[in-house]
Amino acid sequence: MQVRRPATALGIRRRKDSAARSFFYFLAALPPILATAMLLALLYRSWPILESKPLWKLLADKIWLPNQGEFGFYPFIAGTLWVTVVAMILAVPPCLLTAIYLVEYASSRLRAFMKPLLDLLAAIPSVVYGVWGMLTIVPMVQAIGPKMGKLLGFIPLFSSKNPTGFSILAGSIVLAVMVAPFIIAVSYEVLHTVPSGYREASLAVGATKWQTVKYAVLPKTMTGIVAGVVLGASRALGETMAVLMVVGNVPKVPASIFDPAYPLPALIANNYGEMLSIPLYDAALMSAALILLVIVLVFNILSTLMLRRIARRAKE
Amino acid sequence: MKSRHFAKCHVEEGIFKALMIGSFALLSASLGFILLTIIIKGLPALNLAMLIQTPRGGYYLGKEGGILNAILGSLYLAGGGTLLALLFSLPLALFLKVYTNHSHWSDMVRLALDVLWGIPSIVYGAFGFTIMLALNMRASLLAGIIVLALLELPIMARAVDEIIRMTPFDLEQASLALGATRLETAVHVVMRQMLPGIVTAILLAFGRGIGDAASVLFTAGYTDRIPTSLMRPAASLPLAVFFQLSTPFPEVQRRAYASALILTVIVLAISLGSRWISGRLSRYVVK
Repeated sequence: MQVRRPATALGIRRRKDSAARSFFYFLAALPPILATAMLLALLYRSWPILESKPLWKLLADKIWLPNQGEFGFYPFIAGTLWVTVVAMILAVPPCLLTAIYLVEYASSRLRAFMKPLLDLLAAIPSVVYGVWGMLTIVPMVQAIGPKMGKLLGFIPLFSSKNPTGFSILAGSIVLAVMVAPFIIAVSYEVLHTVPSGYREASLAVGATKWQTVKYAVLPKTMTGIVAGVVLGASRALGETMAVLMVVGNVPKVPASIFDPAYPLPALIANNYGEMLSIPLYDAALMSAALILLVIVLVFNILSTLMLRRIARRAKE
Repeated sequence: MKSRHFAKCHVEEGIFKALMIGSFALLSASLGFILLTIIIKGLPALNLAMLIQTPRGGYYLGKEGGILNAILGSLYLAGGGTLLALLFSLPLALFLKVYTNHSHWSDMVRLALDVLWGIPSIVYGAFGFTIMLALNMRASLLAGIIVLALLELPIMARAVDEIIRMTPFDLEQASLALGATRLETAVHVVMRQMLPGIVTAILLAFGRGIGDAASVLFTAGYTDRIPTSLMRPAASLPLAVFFQLSTPFPEVQRRAYASALILTVIVLAISLGSRWISGRLSRYVVK
């Protein structure tokens, strides 16, 4: 026979505690469930098109004519990669140098000044970055495009056939500024995990500060920095509004940084209005979202796990 | 021979130091450049009517009106989303600290939160849209609020979590040793300790929500009216900027710059305000 405990004050407090515990466990399950639900919902909506054609054909086809049922994602995937890669090439060196400067050289006053500055840069909405890009970066690219084309046009990467400034380069510059605070913050954290004993040992044998960075600090933190850059790249991949406003949105495979491109997020944002009126169009756009999600998930999980291992090792 | 080697080291040191200072200056300058561009372009077009009127007939052709619909819509969307996200993320962060401090389980939840944080907002928008289709819902304020809440949840939970991790473990142990349950410890001790962090996290998430365009594009729609019900569509500032900029009329485009200025001022005020508030509140924290 079960004995009922009298409802003492302690009993009530315990019961409250255990009720809270089960509520908390439910809450904690929410984030993994949400991530899985996103994946499944997008997969479900894009199933009609995934079923209609083999996957590699969808990904490698170059023709995008929704009215005729042609859905080739290749130009959009190429556009996304171009914009992201060029943005990272522009962003990584200055961000890394800034992070090294802040950790190894800067006075604590300068460091205290940098934190709010990065917060402000990170807080500016992407549509404002887009307006800035349209007003300043696009005209700038338009002006330097033909000159660069004349000078370096023999390299296909720099040939300039696009008379407007709306191009991969413009999108990449805007993106580079947008992801900068993020990359700096992550590399700053990673550089901080190097024990000061390492630096002191290197300085004690007569190395200069830069040599210490080059031979003692950087090799120790390389994996972490790579993980940070990958995280930054996955942010850049999914950026929609700012890129959409300056990149030109032409569904053709780009060949030069002065060509327009049409990244996946811009494709989704620009066409959501008419997608329900053409057969398979909504499935195509949802599979564009699915492709983005899968790339970002893979990038994020790998780099987060790597960063976590580094943080744990630093603690030990 | 030796001295030449030294000279080389010093030249290298000098070059890299110059590069570092240059990059640092470049970043600071680009922030200034962005703000300056928005202010110079936006300020001349800004007037009182923009702030207190809704678009009248022919507004998008350059006639009378303002963007009060978008300002209020954005505040409703971000406010509602933040409130909803807070309801879930605060208990979640408390749970991670007090109930499962360093277990695999909490590591898993943190990983999931980090991953969610990295998912692009356009994917949140697409996800919200598929759910709306499944429920036969139209674009509405409520749908926008829910998607923004999902978007803000990981940001807020992780921001609070980072702050809570700083609470001294002794404090928690002292509370448990006095016979308090974990729930009581969480609510009365840890929560008070992290008040400044919570305020910062709320404002951070609010700022992210109010500036996000890609997720509300699908879910909240756009309208020239001030939303009066959760089931009606709602306008938002980022989309107001975007739509006004896509018209061919210079008059309307200038208003887009002014709208961008309004949005920037709101976001920067929130960012600076959160620093100030958390600075004031952290006086009451046991170090």
